[in-house]
Amino acid sequence: MERVVVLAGGLSHERDVSLRSGRRVADALRGTGIEVSVHDVDASLLSFLAQETPDVVWPLLHGASGEDGSVRDVLELLSLDYVGTGPRASRAAWNKPIAKNVVLGAGLSTPDYVTLPQSLFRELGAQPVLDAVVGRLGLPLVVKPTRGGSALGVTLVHRAEDLPRAMVDCFSYGDIALIERAVEGTEIAVSVVEGPEGPEALPAVEIVTDGTYDYDARYNPGRTSYYAPARLSPQVAARVADMAVRAHLALGLRDLSRSDLIVDAEGNPHFLEVNVAPGMTETSLFPQAAQAAGRDLGDLYRAIVTQSAVRQSATR
Amino acid sequence: MSTTPTHPAQPAASGGTRLDPWFGAYAERAHGMRASEIRALFAVANRPEVVSLAGGMPYLEGLPLDVIADAMQKLVATRGTTALQYGSGQGDESLREKIVDVVRLEGIDCHPDDIVVTTGSQQALDLVTRIFIDPGDVIVAEAPSYVGALGVFRSYQADIVHVPLDEHGLIPEALEETLTRLAAEGRRVKLLYTVPNFHNPAGVTLSVERRPRILEIAQRFGVLVIEDNPYGLLGFDGDPLPAMRSLDDQGVLYLGSFSKTFAPGYRVGWVVAPHAVREKLVLASESAILCPSNASQLAIATYLETCDWQGQIKQFRELYRERRDAMIGALSEHLPSASWNVPNGGFYTWVKLPDGLDARSMLPRAVTARVAYVPGTAFYADGTGADHVRLSYCFPTPERIREGVRRFAGVVSAERELVDLFGTSGAQDPDLTDVENPGPNLA
Repeated sequence: MERVVVLAGGLSHERDVSLRSGRRVADALRGTGIEVSVHDVDASLLSFLAQETPDVVWPLLHGASGEDGSVRDVLELLSLDYVGTGPRASRAAWNKPIAKNVVLGAGLSTPDYVTLPQSLFRELGAQPVLDAVVGRLGLPLVVKPTRGGSALGVTLVHRAEDLPRAMVDCFSYGDIALIERAVEGTEIAVSVVEGPEGPEALPAVEIVTDGTYDYDARYNPGRTSYYAPARLSPQVAARVADMAVRAHLALGLRDLSRSDLIVDAEGNPHFLEVNVAPGMTETSLFPQAAQAAGRDLGDLYRAIVTQSAVRQSATR
Repeated sequence: MSTTPTHPAQPAASGGTRLDPWFGAYAERAHGMRASEIRALFAVANRPEVVSLAGGMPYLEGLPLDVIADAMQKLVATRGTTALQYGSGQGDESLREKIVDVVRLEGIDCHPDDIVVTTGSQQALDLVTRIFIDPGDVIVAEAPSYVGALGVFRSYQADIVHVPLDEHGLIPEALEETLTRLAAEGRRVKLLYTVPNFHNPAGVTLSVERRPRILEIAQRFGVLVIEDNPYGLLGFDGDPLPAMRSLDDQGVLYLGSFSKTFAPGYRVGWVVAPHAVREKLVLASESAILCPSNASQLAIATYLETCDWQGQIKQFRELYRERRDAMIGALSEHLPSASWNVPNGGFYTWVKLPDGLDARSMLPRAVTARVAYVPGTAFYADGTGADHVRLSYCFPTPERIREGVRRFAGVVSAERELVDLFGTSGAQDPDLTDVENPGPNLA
């Protein structure tokens, strides 16, 4: 393992987060003696990759082409080894309702939901549809774009009259909205890493904010308290770890993932969404989980790139 | 990260880790300084695929870079030990002498001693606020006002009160009424902040008739005027208007800058101030930065000495006029449902969105459509302004401006449909009503 290219940036709404994630991972890998360059996804990328001939590419792109599988498709076309989930599984995991459906099929719990495109509201009129949503799912509700991360366009709605506004904010980020029943409970993120023994859950991280865990709370250190490991009983901790690993397997994910769950008052975890390119910034959850497990980030990232090179070369 | 030791400054979080152990230690004035969703969205604005109508960056390709390179090389070769050394807190004397010539173009008659050189006029704003404002003091500012000034005022915990402007600039009657009301309320108004020429963001210019009236009102109420004038020489028609400072040398602090007429990379601005104020500004500046960059100052002095800077400004005026025309033409063609002013200089058009649209709520859609703008809320201290956007025409070529406006019109029309569908605009998140600071390249 000598040369790694980290892809960071892109044109998504999460460009800024991706750039920061990319720099952190690159620094950690460099610390282990690997030669790393960070490159944006732009018109010069393919010629750069042709020239650089990296051993492994790590797409640390959040949102849009980075997580929807399309950049991974291109890496496959170029026969380049890369870290993480393949294009098809990325595409499914990135689309929140599809991911929820898959994990539901695997016997996992996920809050009840509907998926509604903007065009439907146009055809049927907004209010009757929203009334039906509230009638069926009740309140509070979470409205979010079906694709995207960092809580962009996400609103927690307590009152029916606030729902139209939440829909407008959501549709500013994408054409399809996921509306799900908000489960009251403890917010938990469980990172999964594949080792020689298969996927393994890192200690769960518990998120406590003074409001919703929105963009502001995620990227302004201080507003949020993290508990790593989460303050869960051993039984519940085992349950959330199991859920994250099963979601990882059911969705056909590779190398690493992060599932966001909520644990209700009875200690039952519910799957919310999964990230195939979890954030790696200074305030991100994946690195916190790794450190809570006593793992050195450089060593862990090195193990991930080494393994993905070996695996994918073997299957080619 | 999670292994960060607990520090006394860290509030008890019953075993949890705050990733910033100093969270409880920040001064109150730092509380508004945070990463925001809007700021993050601007991360894509620098990508070439995105037409940025957001930034206030001058078009530096218009500069004779080879000539400047020669002059800079000569400067370091012949005066390197001075240029790379500490300098005077007040600023290099040879540069101050040349600034006297620059401000004379706007009718200001001053002495080099009246001038304090600063690290961009942004530092001048900081120094002026620092020496005059105690927490809770009132600064009266136009509605809207330059986002960078609002950020400085807020960081000194000033209370910002807006006064409306119209197509002729700040409205004297409204100013008088506001100052009267504030006096009756027992509030202490210390400063009036105004951008009289080619206003950022409103694009308007304070009329010649209004200038003495504004000064008279300020004087009557004992309020010092900050005349922030980075764009004064970039007018498209006729000669520059007389600066307010040219009408009153005691009641006005004049802020000038080379950032828009030459190059912002040098970070050189200046203040023309009455004697006593200037002394305090120098002391404040020395305590903040010791002295402005000698290398930058001498580079600019060399430029002014060896290059046809007035000819360059004339070229810039032509270039920006063409871009203004492209912007206005494209708005007329693609966005008839909005309204805007036609600026006679400077960098910005201030666009009133069709009723019911929220400029912040539209921003993610604009990013998807590969066009960037600054939501009007950035230019108000009170959370209003969501019905406006600032579009700048200084940086993109006319062709890109037309393309950007075409994309922007598509965003507006999609948002229109959405708002009509749901009967409301979005983005009423109270977090988004704070002053947003979109970063240096959007200043």
